[in-house]
Amino acid sequence: MAHDNHAHESHTKKIWIVFGILSIVTIVEVYLGIIKPAALVMNDLLGMNLLNWIFIILTLYKAYKITWAFMHMDGEKASLRWAVVGTTVFLVLYLIFILLVEGNYVYEVFRDSTIKWNF
Amino acid sequence: MGATVTTANTTGNTWGGGNEPMGASYGKMMMWFFIVSDALTFSGFLAAYGFSRFKFIDTWPIADEVFTHFPFLHGVDAPMYYVALMTFILIFSSVTMVLAVDAGHQMKQKKVAFYMLLTIVGGLIFVGSQAWEWKNFIKGEFGAVETKGGSILQFIDKDGKRVKLADFAATLHEDRTQHKASNGVWFESEPALPTYSVAEVQAGFKAHPDLLIRTEAIYRGTDAEKKDAKLHPELNKVKHKTVLTRAESEAMLANGALVVEGANLQHNEYGSKLFADFFFFITGFHGFHVFSGVIINIIIFLNVLLGTYEKRRSYEMVEKVGLYWHFVDLVWVFVFTFFYLV
Repeated sequence: MAHDNHAHESHTKKIWIVFGILSIVTIVEVYLGIIKPAALVMNDLLGMNLLNWIFIILTLYKAYKITWAFMHMDGEKASLRWAVVGTTVFLVLYLIFILLVEGNYVYEVFRDSTIKWNF
Repeated sequence: MGATVTTANTTGNTWGGGNEPMGASYGKMMMWFFIVSDALTFSGFLAAYGFSRFKFIDTWPIADEVFTHFPFLHGVDAPMYYVALMTFILIFSSVTMVLAVDAGHQMKQKKVAFYMLLTIVGGLIFVGSQAWEWKNFIKGEFGAVETKGGSILQFIDKDGKRVKLADFAATLHEDRTQHKASNGVWFESEPALPTYSVAEVQAGFKAHPDLLIRTEAIYRGTDAEKKDAKLHPELNKVKHKTVLTRAESEAMLANGALVVEGANLQHNEYGSKLFADFFFFITGFHGFHVFSGVIINIIIFLNVLLGTYEKRRSYEMVEKVGLYWHFVDLVWVFVFTFFYLV
């Protein structure tokens, strides 16, 4: 652990640097969300447009920064890190995979069958 | 004190107590595992949101057109600015929280108290902002007509700008009073009536030949869509909602069954009904977490002021609520992305 029983040095500087990074990432996200560059919106990669990929990657980066710097995951033992982050990431990926594939399937059924809903 | 803060001074004596699996104290480790289970609950909600969104991917509302308000800027189209501000407030309150934890490690009581206070204030501002966001969402702005099939029709002028129902609906003298338990049979009542009836909207639409109807469907610019005579030849843009021609608009409006103003769990003027349901449920559940976080922070803040942790010679409790508070911030980062950006 980063904080044992001995005297602690202050991490204030590091905290403000992380705050700066999180702010800049948020500003970039909002800026992209407002101007929506056509080159990013109109081009797809693996079924999703590039802008959304950028948003999701930046979000995961922010989540990493919050967990590691603010929640002091960087100071915990590897076993705790794996028990907490590993479990969550695995289950969430599994859940997302199942539900999104299924959602897309239902969409295709609505699109290709003779069900009329837009009336 | 031994119950709340364990120190690893019994190494070598596995069953002697005071053991710390994974090098974390009991309280901290349990907070981590609570966070894991809570994270899975939120993931379940967000994944269900993703399921419904993928299911109705062609008709899902576009967030920029829904959340456009900013305090004191009435009628100004300001997509996302307000929610970005809310995000900043929550990230900043996370920063003051981690500063409180840092000050706790150095046993500086006054500093811990000060930063805890700032965190509480930040949390309250965030909850207040969310309440304001809900108010705008529930009240709505433009109004729409729901058809018999349950899809939403919105009104635009010839330039593609949204038009409010109030700006064109005719006034017919057909007022009917709301059926309350007090003025009809006592065991039946109905919800508040919308400002306009469907007939009034239809008559107003007929009287304004410039108006057009925008459906929920998102225009993709395919060849079939380009040839479709029902779609407006100029106003349609790729990845925007589809605009109908005037003739088709009139035919569509004839199917109108219900005037919708704002949003509730059954109907909403923004489009897919599930959109409002998930918005209320997920931001509501998150707001509830923020609120309980504020309450827990206040309790810890009072304990700091009373000197409880000073006597204990450890500010680990501040660290534990800090973990919860950062988790709430973490969840908001995802809610922000999936509701407002993507």
